[in-house]
Amino acid sequence: MPKRTDIRKIMIIGAGPIVIGQACEFDYSGSQACKALREEGYEVVLVNSNPATIMTDPEMANRTYIEPITPEIVAKIIEKERPDALLPTLGGQTALNTAVALAEMGVLEKFKIEVIGANIASIKKAEERDLFKTAMAEAGLDLPRSDYARTIEAAWTVLERIGLPVIIRPSFTLAGTGSGMAYNKEEFEKIVKLGLELSPTTEVLIEEDLTGWKEFELEVMRDKKDNVVIICSIENIDAMGVHTGDSITVAPAQTLTDREYQKMRDQSITVMRAIGVETGGSNVQFAVHPTTGRMVIIEMNPRVSRSSALASKATGFPIAKFAAKLAVGYTLDEISNDITRETPASFEPSIDYCVIKIPRFTFEKFPDAEKKIGTSMKSVGETMAIGRTFKEALQKGLRSLEIGRAGFGGDGKDQYDPALLQTRLSVPNAKRAFYIRYALESGMSIEEVYELTKIDRWFLDNMLQIIEEERELKKNKTELLKSKDLMLRAKQFGFSDRQLAVMTGRTEMEIRTIRKDLGVAAVYKLVDTCAAEFEAYTPYYYSTYEQECEVRTNTGKKKVVILGGGPNRIGQGIEFDYCCCHASFALKEEGYEAIMVNSNPETVSTDYDTSDRLYFEPVTVEDVLNIIDKEKPDGVIVQFGGQTPLNIALGLEAAGVPIIGTSPKSIDKAEDRKLFQKMLKKLKLLQPANGTAVSFDQAKLVAKKISYPVVVRPSYVLGGRAMRIVYDEVELEEYMTKAVSASPERPILIDKFLNDAVEVDVDCVSDGKKVVICGIMEHIEEAGIHSGDSACVIPTITLSKTILEEIRKATQALAKKLKVIGLMNVQYAVQNGQLFILEVNPRASRTVPYVSKATGILWAKIATKVMIGRSLKDLGIEKEFIPKHFSVKEAVFPFNRFPGVDPVLGPEMKSTGEVMGMDDDFGMAFMKSQIAAGQKLTTEGKIFISVNDQDKRKIIDIAKRLANLGCEIVATAGTAEVLRKSGLTVEEVAKLDKGRPDIIDLIKNREVSLLINTPGGKETKADEGKIRSLAIMQNLPLVTTLSGARATATGLEAAKKKGLPVKALQDYH
Amino acid sequence: MTKAILALEDGTIFHGHSFGAEGECCGEVVFNTSLTGYQEILTDPSYKGQIVTMTYPLIGNYGVNAEDVESSQPQCEGFIVRENSRIASNFRSTLKLDEYLNKNNIVGIEGIDTRMLTRKLRISGSLKGIISTVDHNETSLVKKAKESLGVEGVDLVKVVTCRKPYSWNESTYTLNSKSEILNSKQILNTKSQFNVVAYDFGIKFNILWNLQAIGGNITVVPADFPAEEVLKMNPDGIFLSNGPADPAAVTYAIENIKQLLGKKPIFGICLGHQLLGLALGGKTYKLKFGHHGGNQPVKDLKTGKVDITAQNHCFAVDVDSIPKGLVELTHINLNDRTVEGMRCLKIPAFSVQYHPEAGPGPHDAHYLFQRFAELMEANG
Repeated sequence: MPKRTDIRKIMIIGAGPIVIGQACEFDYSGSQACKALREEGYEVVLVNSNPATIMTDPEMANRTYIEPITPEIVAKIIEKERPDALLPTLGGQTALNTAVALAEMGVLEKFKIEVIGANIASIKKAEERDLFKTAMAEAGLDLPRSDYARTIEAAWTVLERIGLPVIIRPSFTLAGTGSGMAYNKEEFEKIVKLGLELSPTTEVLIEEDLTGWKEFELEVMRDKKDNVVIICSIENIDAMGVHTGDSITVAPAQTLTDREYQKMRDQSITVMRAIGVETGGSNVQFAVHPTTGRMVIIEMNPRVSRSSALASKATGFPIAKFAAKLAVGYTLDEISNDITRETPASFEPSIDYCVIKIPRFTFEKFPDAEKKIGTSMKSVGETMAIGRTFKEALQKGLRSLEIGRAGFGGDGKDQYDPALLQTRLSVPNAKRAFYIRYALESGMSIEEVYELTKIDRWFLDNMLQIIEEERELKKNKTELLKSKDLMLRAKQFGFSDRQLAVMTGRTEMEIRTIRKDLGVAAVYKLVDTCAAEFEAYTPYYYSTYEQECEVRTNTGKKKVVILGGGPNRIGQGIEFDYCCCHASFALKEEGYEAIMVNSNPETVSTDYDTSDRLYFEPVTVEDVLNIIDKEKPDGVIVQFGGQTPLNIALGLEAAGVPIIGTSPKSIDKAEDRKLFQKMLKKLKLLQPANGTAVSFDQAKLVAKKISYPVVVRPSYVLGGRAMRIVYDEVELEEYMTKAVSASPERPILIDKFLNDAVEVDVDCVSDGKKVVICGIMEHIEEAGIHSGDSACVIPTITLSKTILEEIRKATQALAKKLKVIGLMNVQYAVQNGQLFILEVNPRASRTVPYVSKATGILWAKIATKVMIGRSLKDLGIEKEFIPKHFSVKEAVFPFNRFPGVDPVLGPEMKSTGEVMGMDDDFGMAFMKSQIAAGQKLTTEGKIFISVNDQDKRKIIDIAKRLANLGCEIVATAGTAEVLRKSGLTVEEVAKLDKGRPDIIDLIKNREVSLLINTPGGKETKADEGKIRSLAIMQNLPLVTTLSGARATATGLEAAKKKGLPVKALQDYH
Repeated sequence: MTKAILALEDGTIFHGHSFGAEGECCGEVVFNTSLTGYQEILTDPSYKGQIVTMTYPLIGNYGVNAEDVESSQPQCEGFIVRENSRIASNFRSTLKLDEYLNKNNIVGIEGIDTRMLTRKLRISGSLKGIISTVDHNETSLVKKAKESLGVEGVDLVKVVTCRKPYSWNESTYTLNSKSEILNSKQILNTKSQFNVVAYDFGIKFNILWNLQAIGGNITVVPADFPAEEVLKMNPDGIFLSNGPADPAAVTYAIENIKQLLGKKPIFGICLGHQLLGLALGGKTYKLKFGHHGGNQPVKDLKTGKVDITAQNHCFAVDVDSIPKGLVELTHINLNDRTVEGMRCLKIPAFSVQYHPEAGPGPHDAHYLFQRFAELMEANG
């Protein structure tokens, strides 16, 4: 049956900002869906608050709303657009929850909107534990023993029945927020109470402990004729007890017999039918007891998920695209498999390689957080690697992870404390894979490691094989450098040139030369969905060391390689993938072949139809050079993928790779303090007073000279890693001992901290002759907050014409001096009318997608075209474009994942994602950005204000404005006194340990609707941290800067005046 | 590690390592795309005369066990994998794959570029080949491969069929019931018991299990068992099993089936389907490289529903060659549009090219056994 003609206009809800548990995989799925539906001639209305997505590019949908994804606002968009149908299964949990809310508000019924993909009843059945449980029981499927509770008393009763240990999961929370395992009654009570608070339905599930069981997932697709196919099976290497998102996983499942697998397959199909997912993709998770084989169903997601993105990349089967087509009425046999062309989508992919996904954690950003992992997801990104063996894939995956490792150890970086060995194995943590190595290396048996980790022996044995091979290679060092057979074998075990260099005492480049001379080179094989049974047309490759190379590189066209950003982490996220995708689109437009190299399965850049050829490979010198050897491209782009490609740019250039755009030397120049200072001097530009130091003594001198407070940071970092504002010598000493040990070869940079300065970000593009400003962004928060964590606005709101002119001139001069070809980002601070240069990055910055959305100009595309020789004039980009409307970017933080961590902002970046608010009015745009970021701003309820002494005078005006809006104000003694003196009515509340009720009581009783709390000195830090952390856990809006408070007041005023109007992107530009 | 060589008739040589038994074996080289189920594949009698290469590179991970067998022993001539697992990790495992092959004298080779081999077979069609751990002379190996029998025009049914009739019941093949996994077998709803005569052209245990599950009392008979003897047994239905090599070479079976047509309800699977086609006056032909795997989409032309099926065949029925009006096409393969199932219009008989019994593979087509039961009931 063909597609439906009774619907014409379809709304897609995106996933919003990148948060832990919901990353760029939903940009991938949403983009695919938009493309698929428009291909079929449907009109697409898209809602997504995340500007850094490809899906919010204006040409992806007919109507694009970069608006907050709340039921109320989506309802307004529905009222305006009147779509016929809503497709809620491609925007993660956000879209599903919004769809359910819209249904419950009666909006869907009122506007006669059909939910396609999955209906509301099915969504509820899959999401609400008790409904799920009943449905599964009726279908005769086995579940873990469990029951739910809505009160702590009920929870105790349930516990009596099941017995400790148990897992507690709050209903309707994202990626397991608030979930936890309880081994004793105290833990039980704590987790249940928190869970009840976090759950929007005040409900927790208490479940039999399955820790140590094997965990599996099947990705399933169903069409309206009830044809069901399994796209991929995934086995978690980490046993039950670790969230799937935090587990190292492998596809396909490795340790299941066909009988077990088919039982799982049958059950997945039964689940699909029982839940009633009519069309589209879902995933079903299983636990299998390692010695009895008992198989229970853990959960199912009636939507495209992170695992579906992984399954798509692992098999080549475009799940999201097909899910969209199934939703509009096609059946699987009516859709053709893009890869083979001749065969239909109604089949199950067979793969002839092994795929590994490894999560990327950023615990270093949250030093106060517990470093163990468990049932609540904590990783911020992931990398995927493909090999012909598990060993090869594992080593490739670990070297893609951007943690400085070159494989499964053996890279000269194996350092561990033997005393911790047992704990590091038995308590899951980010480095456990390496600890398994250390354990096996130190003679622990597979059985012993198994007992501690419950990781299947098959995986452990494969890891042991790597270690044994390494031992052999070390023994036969001389032979290794002479024997083709040995070298080939080493490469087949996945050893990188860097590991071999460490083993043999050579350099990486020496090994590379020797290896190539021996005739051992990487070959490339296709990801083709069918294990070579049919001819494949989609050029999606991975490397291995075998006989036959399948890649066809000689097409006669000019070609450019784009290096991607690898795994997402804080400081390097979807923004860079956005740029890489645009580079690819631009190259195609210019008649070039675009070749993508990346290792992040969540991305649009690793979609096989984004570029002409895709290499799913680690972005390391070795792996990239191997591709260059094969492809011999005309150019390589390193400036779009963030720090990952930049880190290897000099190495690539040294190896003779033709890097296009700004030269790596220029990039380096901007990073090199001394060269940079010299340049600024020549240009007569100011920098905050600064110096460098390699020891505490040196640092002390520098700091004294430029006077405290100072900003300290190591050189060569992204996202302000280990960057801090230091107020005195004691803090400096503490910092120097920590940071210097973190990077021994690199000096520490010390800058004068500019108090009360306005920070400004500028993106510009240059073709070498002409420099055009893309956007000047004014930060809402004062200087000192990392630019990635700061809200900002285009166009600027407080800067004078004179300063703006100065900024433009300085930007021009810098771009020319650095011979920028492509993009450049400059960070300025303006203090008392004086302009300071904070940082220059002659590459694409995190703000490029935001600026592009704000101005309606695709800057990354322009930059790419410039890099292959087009002039800006040619491209019609002549001068800066200043939009009439306001676009406010706001950062989104993962603090709710790290209970107890003080959510205060500083020079080290902590946000995982961003949202944008757009409006013709600044206040409204800011308000929208706050709502989109999850701040439930309202003038109802009490506003708690507690600011440090510096801010006390300035808060008065803000407090008055809030009071005028009808807000009640609560404050602690000091702040209350100041406010009362200015004539405000203020309720006073006790500080912590200064009587009850204190502010914590007020928050817990939900009497407060907004907290304004600027950090005071050291003495108050601990108490304030407690308050702020609690606010985050309670999902209360929290403002920690004065300027943020001011903007919030403006936003609330605007909302009171105008309500919350919505407007499509297409209507702005 | 003992060196092993795989040589193909077109002169291609792969150097690898021996696993399983040492020695030499010849056969038609075919690839199987199943990700799991190597033990069932090894023991499937339809692979007689063939050397099987698994396209999935990591094989042996879960070892072998006593239950997952399709006949009493491995049947293929040789086995090719990219990497054999040195440990077996599964709660049911009793032996490592290497030990199992060794014990059953099956020659294996590992460590070769199996994707290259698969591509070669796809592009040039099935090729005869030889694995040897004893002869390392490439010229001699290619010559031996060329001279080997192959499967075209060859009757291998006579090699794998049982020697005399026997009745199948649970004691014939006792399952190890300690594992819960086996208790999930789907029991179809049937009202009655049926007496079924099953021709053994290389029958798989899973077919017998499935026939039993629909209430069948099964008598398994040798491939050349005379038709009149079958009719004397007065069964409710006759089953034509899967089996190896070229259906056209099994002339005695075709003759027997001709005599049984219309007398009793007939259900054929795989080779049984091809033999039915030949008995109806049709022709069979050899496919380029066959269908071997567990992911083949088959469409039921009546319902429009698509099943994912297990398949293992090199030959196919040319349904147009069957005299008009005798049969209707019921199922087709969506990958290459070949015939996957047919139904006789005038007599109670139907057949499918694929394997509804799975083992290994998906269970989507289980319902065909039920259909056989209905056919027997209707004609009872």
